[in-house]
Amino acid sequence: MIPASFDYFRPSTLDEALEVFAGAGEEAKVLAGGQSLLPLLRLRLAYPTAMVDVGRVAELRGVADRGDHVHIGATTTHDEVVRSPIVREHCPLVALATATVADPAVRHRGTFGGSLAHADPAGDLPAVALALDMVFVVRSSTGDRTIPAADFFLDYLESALQPGEILTGVRVPKLGPGWGFHYEKFHRTAQAWATVGVAAAVRQTNGTVEEVRVGLTNMGPTPVRAAGVEAAARGVEAGRNGSLRQAAEQAAEGTDPPADLHAQPDYRKHLARVLTHRALVSASAHRSPQT
Amino acid sequence: MTEQLEAGTVTQQVKENGALGAPGGEVGKARRRKEDARLVTGRTQWTDNIQLPGLLHVAFLRSPMAHARITRVDTSPARTRPGVVAVFSGQDFAGEQGSLPCAWPVTPDTVIPDHPPMAVSEVRYVGEAVACVIATDRYKAADALEAIEIDYEPLEPVLDMNEALAEGSPKVHETGNESFTWKFAGGDIEAAFREAPVVIDRTYVQQRLIPSAMEPRAVVAQTDGDSFTLHTSTQIPHVLRVMLALTTGIPEHKLRVIAPDVGGGFGSKLQVTAEEVLCLLITRRLGKPVKWTEARSEGNLTVHHGRDQIQHIRVAADADGRVRGVQVKLLADMGAYLMLVTPGVPILGAFMYNGIYKMDAYDFTCTGVFTTKMPTDAYRGAGRPEATFAIERVMDELAAEIGVDPMEIRRRNWIRHHEFPYTTICGLTYDSGNYEAATDRALALFGYDKLRAEQSDRREREDPVQLGIGISTYTEMCGLAPSRVLGSLSYAAGGWEHADVRVLPTGKVEVVTGTSPHGQGHETAWSQIVADSLGVPFEDVAVLHGDTASSHKGMDTYGSRSLAVGGIAVVHACDKVKEKARQVAAHLMEASPDDVEFSEGRFRVRGTGTSQTIQEIALATFAAHNLPDGFEPRLDASATFDPESFSFPHGTHLCAVEVDTETGATAIRSYVAVDDVGNVVNPLIVEGQVHGGIAQGIAQALFEEAVYDSDGNLLTTTMADYLLPSAADLPSFTTDRTETPATTNPLGVKGVGEAGTIASTPAVVNAIVDALRPHGVHDVRMPCTPERVWRTLRSVEGESA
Ligand SMILES: Cc1cc2nc3c(=O)[nH]c(=O)nc-3n(C[C@H](O)[C@H](O)[C@H](O)COP(=O)(O)OP(=O)(O)OC[C@H]3O[C@@H](n4cnc5c(N)ncnc54)[C@H](O)[C@@H]3O)c2cc1C
Repeated sequence: MIPASFDYFRPSTLDEALEVFAGAGEEAKVLAGGQSLLPLLRLRLAYPTAMVDVGRVAELRGVADRGDHVHIGATTTHDEVVRSPIVREHCPLVALATATVADPAVRHRGTFGGSLAHADPAGDLPAVALALDMVFVVRSSTGDRTIPAADFFLDYLESALQPGEILTGVRVPKLGPGWGFHYEKFHRTAQAWATVGVAAAVRQTNGTVEEVRVGLTNMGPTPVRAAGVEAAARGVEAGRNGSLRQAAEQAAEGTDPPADLHAQPDYRKHLARVLTHRALVSASAHRSPQT
Repeated sequence: MTEQLEAGTVTQQVKENGALGAPGGEVGKARRRKEDARLVTGRTQWTDNIQLPGLLHVAFLRSPMAHARITRVDTSPARTRPGVVAVFSGQDFAGEQGSLPCAWPVTPDTVIPDHPPMAVSEVRYVGEAVACVIATDRYKAADALEAIEIDYEPLEPVLDMNEALAEGSPKVHETGNESFTWKFAGGDIEAAFREAPVVIDRTYVQQRLIPSAMEPRAVVAQTDGDSFTLHTSTQIPHVLRVMLALTTGIPEHKLRVIAPDVGGGFGSKLQVTAEEVLCLLITRRLGKPVKWTEARSEGNLTVHHGRDQIQHIRVAADADGRVRGVQVKLLADMGAYLMLVTPGVPILGAFMYNGIYKMDAYDFTCTGVFTTKMPTDAYRGAGRPEATFAIERVMDELAAEIGVDPMEIRRRNWIRHHEFPYTTICGLTYDSGNYEAATDRALALFGYDKLRAEQSDRREREDPVQLGIGISTYTEMCGLAPSRVLGSLSYAAGGWEHADVRVLPTGKVEVVTGTSPHGQGHETAWSQIVADSLGVPFEDVAVLHGDTASSHKGMDTYGSRSLAVGGIAVVHACDKVKEKARQVAAHLMEASPDDVEFSEGRFRVRGTGTSQTIQEIALATFAAHNLPDGFEPRLDASATFDPESFSFPHGTHLCAVEVDTETGATAIRSYVAVDDVGNVVNPLIVEGQVHGGIAQGIAQALFEEAVYDSDGNLLTTTMADYLLPSAADLPSFTTDRTETPATTNPLGVKGVGEAGTIASTPAVVNAIVDALRPHGVHDVRMPCTPERVWRTLRSVEGESA
């Protein structure tokens, strides 16, 4: 289908982008990789009056090691994230989950910031952002502010970004030694969105689970932190035959998964339990070296 | 030379002549396709690429209601929108648009409702065209659609076939919801079931599918005020020309239809579409050229759909599993109207529910049912995949019932190779085949026994991931079709095919074929056939197709007919060319034609060193200075070939599937296909057809389904909802062939366009059911999504608990 018409701006600096965005009216939208926004336009599910394309704003792009955290610029593409040695070393969960996003063509256009700003609970990265307690860095014409991941995802396709605010980047805290990671994505075809996804990080010492973080994809109107699992897994024996299965039984607690053509809510809840167990087992098997 | 050659012997002769199929010849070579360079680099003409001076663009407004009366239409607000040239609703065309044709009323009393290309007073499915905007570009046309005002008075949708036939159901058409009931029988079915020791009774659902050709449909219509040219992404330029002439009243000789390069069809472009008719009417009215190209979501709504049948199949067997009889009761969803061959699709399957098996009796009934959904029509395999699915699924059930391996049940029932030609219970004569050979080859490639051993090991260990093995020993009837048979089935046209072979002065050759390739590689295969037959280089042959001005005669491409029918017409035309050239050669070499022999492009006087090449003869004929008395100065020849019989490819497909019983996920572990498509002109092309066909059949088993909600809205309008597998979702296929030549045509070929699709679907579902049978599972509805597998397991666990 064909989108309704709109004004198009392509600023080349962040300041220019903020100025244009502020003046473009309530219905203006930031355009990054367009991989979520353009389909909405073409299906005429969104009618922005103006689009501010931030694809040429150099300040928004790239990965940097900032000591206690990794900074990922908002317009860094999925492909760049997956290939970044910094990401692979310090936040492998981000690389693992991003590698499952769509297909190579989409990963070359779609951006890290766009995926998060879009606040789609079926996206693979929001659950990872929650699990890793990422911090969102946002700028508007009135200045900068930061938003913790736990406060960022408000509802289905609704984030804490205010009109006129541009997401400039995301801080991914380094978790330090002893952690293992896994992203378990269940989907019907290789290019499909997650029916359910589980982002898991497990820290263990000598076969005992010390700390667990679990984020769930597509289990409600927002990504979900599986707090029940995290509490239940602490102190249990790691590995397939340990008590991780019981801990994973808590995975569907407090979730409100959607019904769609691929799955009904009860099935999604069942999947969340099975996949959380698998994710925890895999994460505890792929431990990063103690340093 | 007679048109109807003694089959079999001819292949033999040709081979001895060192022409077709000879070692070192072109036929049989894995030639890369000569059309591919231009197709994959885009240096070709697709309909949507066409630009014309003053071209206008059409956008259609489509019904948002499954069933409603149109109570008010106001197109005037759209007229003043920027760039808008004209706006029309159904009322504007009512006097001239006629009814979209159905060429296959399967019974004398088949109800064929009026099918206006644009709805006038009532809409019967979501997506039906109700108005259109013609504007200076496609964006402006799309924008202006929003300004058209239409009021609807909702009527009850009709969505379920069983409910549609029940008393008191709301009606899709005044005449009711039944279009026809078609019956067919052979043998004494009552006797077969009377006191039968084993009776299997199953109901299978063939879900509705949406054909997804890579190139969307597109139409460009233009007129010079007198005659009309229609470019369209179609499989059937010739059939379309006749049908459009009959529908619009444009005289046939004033209408030229061109199918330029076409990016796939799978049956979906075997149609006379509303958009084709309407674009012609619009260009006639405005005197300006117009273009329409569908969007993918628009296409999902309005390209004709496939399958959608409920199959009730019963099998009576002896205690040892010998099949006594098969009874089939079919409900086939026609959708809201009958399109070009809508009612014929299930009937094409009617002769195939017996599969490759011998039996005493057969009984088939099919009722065509109207619903308020997009009409169904031909989709790759058309009727035969459905039939093959039912019989191959039910043979597995029979094996389970009497406790033998599913391969053993097939061996006990299939036609053995020494029994060919074999006339089946449906009255078809299978000319040749060797099911044992194909099966033995497949079993060896598959490692059947080893996989069975792994299966029992996993069962013993209660591995959450179970292994299943699925078998499909299929045959199909293709090479559509003997005209007389089509006539006896009430089809409106014949099944012959035409070819012209033109020899140019320099000895290059043009072949004009009546087939209409849309991805199959006819240019390459026909060139190989001609190169061998006339002894000219492969590169010296050009194949022209798809334009009714250059190719005046043809029945087009569908039903795996192009090679088995169209290819034979090419062979016959070449034979006539050679016969003429022999006359000229004999004259020039001052010999009797009887003493002139032909091989590898050269005419030789037997017993002498004298010879002339076919290129020399071509030039001499062009000059026409020295030809035999009364010889018409041309070597060109035409042939129209009407097959005497169908052809019957067969094969054995084996599929191993891992089923995760915790999540319901399935993964194909290995897939082996051994097909027998007779002699092979180009193994690479055959391989391509088999691979694509298998992928499409797997897609029905696991992924694809058109879903309507309870109001009749199609939910699967995008590719995020209508799932197509990509290479990443499929295993690497192991393919091989046995070659049992067809005896009914001189090339010994059978056709390969649909084989993979027909065979693979039951192989996959059989494997899934096989994996879960110890859990008490007897069926999983297609597509076997993880959720369906999981729910099926839960329900049988619930039953046993
Ligand atoms: C076929 C297909 C399959 C896909 N499969 C998956 C999948 O499996 N998993 C998955 O996670 N995703 C998937 N996606 C989505 C993909 O990950 C997108 O890249 C992502 O959702 C959006 O990123 P984008 O850069 O394209 O953002 P855009 O589409 O440009 O924008 C998305 C939204 O974010 C806003 N936005 C973007 N950047 C900023 C910014 N810097 N500041 C403020 N607002 C901003 C936009 O205004 C818009 O509302 C798929 C997409 C396609 C087309």
